Amino acid sequence: MRDTADYLDQLKRHPAAMWLGFALVGAALAALPFVVGLGGQTWVRIANLALLYVMLALGLNIVVGFAGLLDLGYIAFYAVGAYSYALLASPHFGLHLPFWIILPVGFLVACVFGVLLGAPVLRLRGDYLAIVTLGFGEIIRIFLNNLNAPVNITNGPQGITLIDPVRLGSLSLATTERFAGLTFTGPVKYYYLLLVLVLVIIVINVRLQDSRIGRAWEAIREDEIAAQAMGINLRNIKLLAFAMGASFGGVAGGMFSAIQGFISPESFGLFESIIVLTMVVLGGMGNIPGVILGAVLLSVFPEALRYMSPLQNAVFGRELIDAEAARLLIFGLAMVLIMLFRPAGLLPSDVRKRELAMRSD
Amino acid sequence: MLLELIGLEVAYGGIKAVKGIDLAVARGELVCLIGANGAGKTTTLKAVCGLVYPRAGRVYYDGDDITGTPSHRPVARGLAMVPEGRGIFRQLTVEENLAMGAFVRGDRQGVRRDLEQVFELFPRLAERRTQSGGTLSGGEQQMLAIGRAMMSRPKLLLLDEPSMGLAPLLVQRIFQTVQEISREGVTILLIEQNARLALEIAVRGYVMESGTITLAGPAAELLADPKVREAYLGEIVAAEPAIERDRA
Repeated sequence: MRDTADYLDQLKRHPAAMWLGFALVGAALAALPFVVGLGGQTWVRIANLALLYVMLALGLNIVVGFAGLLDLGYIAFYAVGAYSYALLASPHFGLHLPFWIILPVGFLVACVFGVLLGAPVLRLRGDYLAIVTLGFGEIIRIFLNNLNAPVNITNGPQGITLIDPVRLGSLSLATTERFAGLTFTGPVKYYYLLLVLVLVIIVINVRLQDSRIGRAWEAIREDEIAAQAMGINLRNIKLLAFAMGASFGGVAGGMFSAIQGFISPESFGLFESIIVLTMVVLGGMGNIPGVILGAVLLSVFPEALRYMSPLQNAVFGRELIDAEAARLLIFGLAMVLIMLFRPAGLLPSDVRKRELAMRSD
Repeated sequence: MLLELIGLEVAYGGIKAVKGIDLAVARGELVCLIGANGAGKTTTLKAVCGLVYPRAGRVYYDGDDITGTPSHRPVARGLAMVPEGRGIFRQLTVEENLAMGAFVRGDRQGVRRDLEQVFELFPRLAERRTQSGGTLSGGEQQMLAIGRAMMSRPKLLLLDEPSMGLAPLLVQRIFQTVQEISREGVTILLIEQNARLALEIAVRGYVMESGTITLAGPAAELLADPKVREAYLGEIVAAEPAIERDRA
């Protein structure tokens, strides 16, 4: 990271080079759906899924990476956001609110749930916090599963169907359109919307990390009593971490609803929480580029495995391992290897690197 | 009085750790609170900082009742604390630790100036500015903790056992610095087991024993008090005349 930081410093001294870099990355990101689209729309959908996971991982990174609060029920906020969107834009209640109303609503509802979870666990840390948040995640899922009686709110295990796609004015993101000689399919349009949201979240994250709030999170992660002695309001700063993390999860959930058109409680199980946490830890807790990398790798990886069997057929003439069935095994193995060789994550934050260096002293 | 405790009582569950004490620190004073392990000194300090809620009694700071208010509030009003065991942010660098001490302040230039001042006070910290707090020695960590507390430009500095776990020579050095800080006009309440050193630099002292204040007065008087000398300075008072007779 030191090298990257130095590199960034150098870049700052050459604004032209910096803007050129941004332009190149921007162009690559803008062209991406058309490039991967050559292999079929499935790949655009995978890119969208990766962007959703990047949002989730960045949100969880605030809670786990910045503030050091281990949250094992993070997916609950994704669920809350997804159901907020689904209930406000589907035939289930007959509501079809516009996107620019639902998005902030999803954000706020998830934010409130973040505070609801945060308030009772203010005094907890480490293992105890992990257990309570794990329970919270399950409670939300079980509620969603059972809130179809006596009053049908969530439609229970059947889930909610026919959720409206995102509409911005007269532009529906679900239909295919041709513009300037390019074909913009539904997934491609969603890709650009997700990309914008991800960029906004990245900017907020970077700004937060460098702010007083970011420093306060750093302090409570290290030592709560000392942080209080520095004049940090422990309660507010912890609640803020939960609320900020949750609201990003909520936005991601809303987008998930819109893209899928169908949601049910089983999409929001414990395993999803663990996957998102894995992305954060594996990429590099507390380091924004690392977390993004972790999210992209881990969301694309299982999809890439689908291509293993044709590959094996081509190389060995038959299928040696059923990659689909061995998905979790390969996943686990990759995790173990990465943690062995890069224990602070693929792109560790400076602080995590120091921590590990200190332990080996 | 900058800090005043009236009838302070703190209990952990059913056990009273502090049994109704009165203590006052005037502006500019260096006051020490001495006593053995478990006498209730740290608990008293925690009650002042709002880290534990007192069962009875009041805490006044700078004219206001701060009994039981969460600790960030008095801190924002110039109360700085060096917690027991120093409370260094181990993974942050020396400089980041010091910057954290100025968390409640908004004046960036003043903070930068004070940073240089702390480095003047403790040149050792300047040498180690980019090193992480956890890699410092015990003495350096204590310097860092005091320096960090100074970064908030405190009116009142609460020190909890700065001598803990340090080599005698380092303790001397730390106490000298405490005295220097006091001379600069910062009011200090020093909590110490090392009674002799604390009384030597303090103006006044309180002696705490199992939750109550048993003696109070000017530090010089306490240093001469036979009870204090026997209990806290490790001298055998009764044997003294005999030694003098031998010399004669």
